[in-house]
Amino acid sequence: MTVEAGVSVAKRVVGGSFLLEDLTPDDVFTPEDLSEEQRQVASTATSFAEEKILAQAEAIEEKDFAVTRELMRELGELGLLGVDVPEEYGGLAMDKITSAIVADNLSVSGGFSVTLGAHCTIGTMPLVWYGTHEQKAKYLPKLASGEWIAAYALSESSAGSDAMNIRTRAKLSEDGKHYVLNGEKMWISNAGFADLFTVFAKIDGEQFSAFLIERGTPGLSVGAEEHKLGIRGSSTCPLVLEDCRVPVENLLGTAGKGHHIAFNILNVGRYKLAAGTLGGMRFAFRNGVRYAKERVAFGKPIATFGLIQEKIADSAAAIYATESAVYRVVGAIDAALADLNHDSATYAQDVQKRIEEFAVECSILKVLGSEALERVADHALQIHGGYGYVEEYPAERSYRDSRINRIFEGTNEINRLIATGFMIKRAVAGTLPLMPAIKKVMDEVMAGPGERVSYDGPMAAERALLASAKKLALFTSGAASQRFGNDLGEQQEVMGALADILIETLTMESCILRAEKQRKANAPGVKLAKYYAMRAFRVIETAAERVLGAVAEGDMLRTQMTIFRRLAKHEPANAVILGREIAAAMVEAGRYRI
Amino acid sequence: MKIIVAIKQVPERDARIRIDSGNKWIDLEDVEFSMNESDAYALEEALQLKEAHGGEVIVVSAGPERAGKTIREALAKGADRAIHLQSSDETELAAYDALGVARLLAASIQDEKADLVLTGLQSDDLGLGQTGVILAELLGLPHASLILKIEVAGNGLKVLRELEDGWFQHIELATPAVLTIQSGNTKLRYATLMGIKKAKTKEVRVIAVADLVASDPSLKPTAPSVVLDQVKLPHKQRSTQLLGGSPAEAAAALVEKLQFEVRVI
Ligand SMILES: Cc1cc2nc3c(=O)[nH]c(=O)nc-3n(C[C@H](O)[C@H](O)[C@H](O)COP(=O)(O)OP(=O)(O)OC[C@H]3O[C@@H](n4cnc5c(N)ncnc54)[C@H](O)[C@@H]3O)c2cc1C
Repeated sequence: MTVEAGVSVAKRVVGGSFLLEDLTPDDVFTPEDLSEEQRQVASTATSFAEEKILAQAEAIEEKDFAVTRELMRELGELGLLGVDVPEEYGGLAMDKITSAIVADNLSVSGGFSVTLGAHCTIGTMPLVWYGTHEQKAKYLPKLASGEWIAAYALSESSAGSDAMNIRTRAKLSEDGKHYVLNGEKMWISNAGFADLFTVFAKIDGEQFSAFLIERGTPGLSVGAEEHKLGIRGSSTCPLVLEDCRVPVENLLGTAGKGHHIAFNILNVGRYKLAAGTLGGMRFAFRNGVRYAKERVAFGKPIATFGLIQEKIADSAAAIYATESAVYRVVGAIDAALADLNHDSATYAQDVQKRIEEFAVECSILKVLGSEALERVADHALQIHGGYGYVEEYPAERSYRDSRINRIFEGTNEINRLIATGFMIKRAVAGTLPLMPAIKKVMDEVMAGPGERVSYDGPMAAERALLASAKKLALFTSGAASQRFGNDLGEQQEVMGALADILIETLTMESCILRAEKQRKANAPGVKLAKYYAMRAFRVIETAAERVLGAVAEGDMLRTQMTIFRRLAKHEPANAVILGREIAAAMVEAGRYRI
Repeated sequence: MKIIVAIKQVPERDARIRIDSGNKWIDLEDVEFSMNESDAYALEEALQLKEAHGGEVIVVSAGPERAGKTIREALAKGADRAIHLQSSDETELAAYDALGVARLLAASIQDEKADLVLTGLQSDDLGLGQTGVILAELLGLPHASLILKIEVAGNGLKVLRELEDGWFQHIELATPAVLTIQSGNTKLRYATLMGIKKAKTKEVRVIAVADLVASDPSLKPTAPSVVLDQVKLPHKQRSTQLLGGSPAEAAAALVEKLQFEVRVI
């Protein structure tokens, strides 16, 4: 189905409500729903990635930043750096799906993708959302055209996850014309060649604030490049600020409100990171599949071996699942933004508030995408055998490049804590009716075995798994809060396990809805959705067991395990046959194709 | 210069091809479509000429509603407006052979009085290589085929034509003229996001094939002179060829094959 661009096809759902709502396929956005315009953008991005970025993969990897800058300038000319920038400042002001498509389809080089992400998202968005008219007019056209490159400097050597604890200080000069900054920043992407830095510092050691600092400002110096495991084509350097005088008009946003900037940007950074992992996965996958077709062992192409096919199927399902979740969530964000008035004075704040509503989903996508990419890259390497371990083949680079995604934009530990933590916060505050839902499930399970609901259609079995997953999520959350109450936040392992349940529930639901939306029992996505649902449910079972083991003992534990087994009861489908069928289709295509 | 580019929507290169039950064509369900490759080069030549010398680029395409996607892609790349000669379904145009289709195209663009009409050399699906040449005859215009490059020279054009075995021919011809364009001589541009956004606002004149035929009964499909009897998938085979002679001779032979047979260098 193709719809008119700009017309949102997803239902306006409340952020974080996925455990509570039963959606129909028509309620969600899927990659198959891309408008013609969005498909054209995808096509431009894909061609650019294949013909320009991949062609320069070696130069990028060798940190030939002249090449990187030239590619950025070309992207700017095409408009690909300005998707989220307002038109009056040289951008295109397109929807968030389009912005995700660009991040997705341009990602064939981990190093270059980091340059791009640091520029377009954390580098540019603070200015888009918090800049004054003068600041935006001065800098945004240059950033949208790629003439200037942006960087975002929050982390310090002793403050990463704990970002509010930064030590960089700012002090207003006596004449009131400058802020004088002192301190250091660490791990700053693009720092080696960026022209504009968004730097966070505390005014008088207290007011957390952001400043726009141009390269070449006296007192700002950029340290040496870090020697990294992966994404070697990106620039990562420390900054030193030594009596760095920043004009007062370069304070970004309000003094003391810099944390709003930092947190709101992160939500976008997270879903865009997840979108970017998609391109990386498809690239690693196709290299693995093509190798599997060509490599002969024991007289046969290794693609004919079951354990190779299993890796291919698992990878394809991971890509399908991440696509389903990313486009569903970003589609829901677009639906949430659809009725905002662009001309309103509070438009930027309104957008952030609506996106913030989906903070749980953004954290989920970040963890999902980074871990799926790592799995796909790992499978691709393993398929290559010894050749996967050497630089001559791209599998090695994909593997090294994937690793960073679990660390930046909030480590996966932090994002798991956020996913569960925010959910609980909303439940406690009553902004999401989770408490009544938990109570209902508790009552239901305590009442003993009830009637099992049966479902129809090609995804009937998976629908049943999904219903169980949602109940398990509510049941385990209920059990954990009963046991730990307000101290649940301190039980990180339990929070992490609950996050796993949330992640897999959202993802398996996204797969099921997408497969159903294709309305064909034999649609290629149906098999992938089924395959992923099985895997997701295994993860959920394991996590639920971990939670229950930690919250109860003795008779209580026995009762809870009885409930758990009842809820989790299902007959496994034949994953072996399904996996072979999926692998056969992918091997035939020589890439990820559905 | 007013330039018309005829473009055709064809199944994508790596589409999953299945023969339909009648063995007369491929099963179009689940097939993705794209712009015929040499037509994309024709469009690129037209856009470059317009950029250098001003004027207007109009694309014309005959096909069902789905061809609108390819038309808008051309508009996104920079064509100014379009004429969509729209068939009511997948079969209406199948009743025409190349002569019939060229007649329809000629009828739909005649009034434009273009200075230059470009088509691709041949279509990736049928590969007849006829439509452009016949179109020239119907429009009463001179034509040249297999064109790699077009330059404006005086009141006419100077074009580069590909011959066989690495030979080329330079031709000068007067406008108006029809040229059929060979792929591969230039880099195709990407649609910019601005172009994609603007494409929506550009004019696409839709002419129903049936209406055109009603206005001119001579355009009715006649018994086609060529019919497609049967289509089948090519037999997959691998063959190895050993290039003999001295190393220098073998290398020369290899270069030639890479250049002209496989066309990768
Ligand atoms: C290549 C690269 C590029 C980067 N680019 C940028 C950039 O452009 N701009 C920028 O500002 N920063 C950037 N960073 C910094 C990055 O965001 C941080 O490294 C990240 O936030 C982690 O912080 P840290 O390194 O201080 O680790 P720490 O915060 O010290 O974490 C160490 C470990 O402890 C865990 N941990 C920390 N706190 C908790 C907790 N409360 N509960 C449980 N576990 C916890 C973490 O998950 C991690 O496993 C980049 C980093 C790298 C490596």
